[in-house]
Amino acid sequence: MAKAADRYKAGVLKYKEMGYWVPGYEPKDTDVIAVFRITPQDGVDPEEAAAAVAGESSTATWTVVWTDRLTACENYRAKAYEVQPVPGIEGQYFAWIAYELDLFEEGSIANLTASIIGNVFSFKPLKAARLEDMRFPVAYVKTYKGPPTGIVVERERLDKYGRPLLGATIKPKLGLSGKNYGRVVYEGLVGGLDFTKDDENINSQPFMHWRDRFGFCMEAVQKAQAASGEIKGHYLNITAGTMEEMYKRAEFARDLGSCIVMVDLVIGWTAIQSMSNWCRDNDMILHMHRAGHGTYTRQKNHGVSFRVIAKWLRLAGCDHLHAGTAVGKLEGDPMTVQGYYNICRDSYTTKDLPRGIFFDQDWAGLRKVMPVASGGIHAGQMHQLLDLFGDDVVLQFGGGTIGHPMGIQAGAIANRVALETMVLARNEGRDIRNEGPEILATAARTCKPLEAALKTWKDVTFNYASTDTSDFVPQVSVA
Amino acid sequence: MKITQGTFSFLPDLTDEQIAKQVDYALARGWAVSVEYTDDPHPRNIYWEMWGMPMFDLADAAGVLAEIRACRVAQPDCYVKVNAFDSTRGFETMRMSFMVHRPKVEAKFRLRREESAGRLVRYTLERA
Repeated sequence: MAKAADRYKAGVLKYKEMGYWVPGYEPKDTDVIAVFRITPQDGVDPEEAAAAVAGESSTATWTVVWTDRLTACENYRAKAYEVQPVPGIEGQYFAWIAYELDLFEEGSIANLTASIIGNVFSFKPLKAARLEDMRFPVAYVKTYKGPPTGIVVERERLDKYGRPLLGATIKPKLGLSGKNYGRVVYEGLVGGLDFTKDDENINSQPFMHWRDRFGFCMEAVQKAQAASGEIKGHYLNITAGTMEEMYKRAEFARDLGSCIVMVDLVIGWTAIQSMSNWCRDNDMILHMHRAGHGTYTRQKNHGVSFRVIAKWLRLAGCDHLHAGTAVGKLEGDPMTVQGYYNICRDSYTTKDLPRGIFFDQDWAGLRKVMPVASGGIHAGQMHQLLDLFGDDVVLQFGGGTIGHPMGIQAGAIANRVALETMVLARNEGRDIRNEGPEILATAARTCKPLEAALKTWKDVTFNYASTDTSDFVPQVSVA
Repeated sequence: MKITQGTFSFLPDLTDEQIAKQVDYALARGWAVSVEYTDDPHPRNIYWEMWGMPMFDLADAAGVLAEIRACRVAQPDCYVKVNAFDSTRGFETMRMSFMVHRPKVEAKFRLRREESAGRLVRYTLERA
């Protein structure tokens, strides 16, 4: 860097010369680290582009300001310290940037994101930028309360162990009256599901006001609990236009005896943290539907990776998070999706480049988030789902329950029998990945609903190339 | 309708041979296995009676099966379940829990509705 007198002369300097490029810098244990994928404009040096990202996401502006000298400015400058070309993709680079802990307010995702993804994604010298992953120091993690319930306590409250939970989203997602909607809830739950679910855009429309939905759904949940002797739930979507309205809906859900409420990601970080606090105070599980995430997570060159969104949501505090199915109708490369699941469920996440995870992350005792696999999955894929995701996941078969040829109860039975059969077989040491179809076929011989489900959906797969896959070659060494 | 608590309630009742394989799965992971029974399977009844202490450090499923059989004989009109407890940090909870015995006549529950202001209903489950 230039001498102080030159460095602070009025005018414009390259970001590299302003102290935002520190090659070889060794991040402190207390630094927040981010890795961005950047696509510099033609002719822009990648190191300068990385320095610009560091600058614009911390203290810099476009010109030199003497007021920097009133601060311990070197401390507050983010430091780009490594740039590597993305293997196999010309013009793209991974850039590692370290941030001093004091740059961030404790316990505020809004503050964190205002820095890290605030201005920098619109910055002209970059064609595109993507936040690939972040590492949070334990000291920062401990400023968050995290999931209000978490996987362990959720299972203890529900008294359900040793198998994935089963859910279904009520369909059609729009148009049903409250009474008809509650009928679908009852049939699904009494058939054998653990949960049913409002869809992301069910709030309080003319055909079904929220209080109608809540009343009919909870009658259905309670009746199914009485019939089965099992705890059940329906994710009542309390997403609304204002916090006041959301609190009102949450309280009514609580008063009717619901064990779970749901919000959409689009309510925003501050609203999510507020609802998480409310859930903590009211013994409520908080289900997060990641509505809208595809607008910024799916394309590899620009946006924010879902693994970062999952980390922020674990800090912010949700209990359930839609994290992909790998085999269903929605985007998701199996390894990349497993990476999201690990972020939700690990006590300590280790660096795992094939799964897109760039850093070790100590979760410091923060509770675990139950991932939810939802979208275009059916009973015939049970062996694949169990093999990919293990026990701690909610498997949601919406169409795969409600669209069953023998009715909704039969659809639920088919799914539950397929699930329990597969868990039993796995525990007995069977190779479910390869023997799965045969195991299901055997179970179907004594279970008509499963037989019908397998016949109806036997050829349904969604084999499209994933757009968001890990580009990292495992042998590349990463700081 | 039978009570569908536990991991394998939608399958035909497990044979002792099947139970042994599940117990072996738990033991292979270092989980402690315990047997519990109750005549009150209300879903909010968390604390079933313990049939002895959880069994730590077992080599195979034979000891657990002996306890299950003894519990069935002593409590034929109760529900009996097997739990597997994992003491790993971050879990420290049950990892499996499944029924190994049911009474001849299944318990039934009735939903009591206490109507309140507006459409608010307070629900309670009670034994029918």
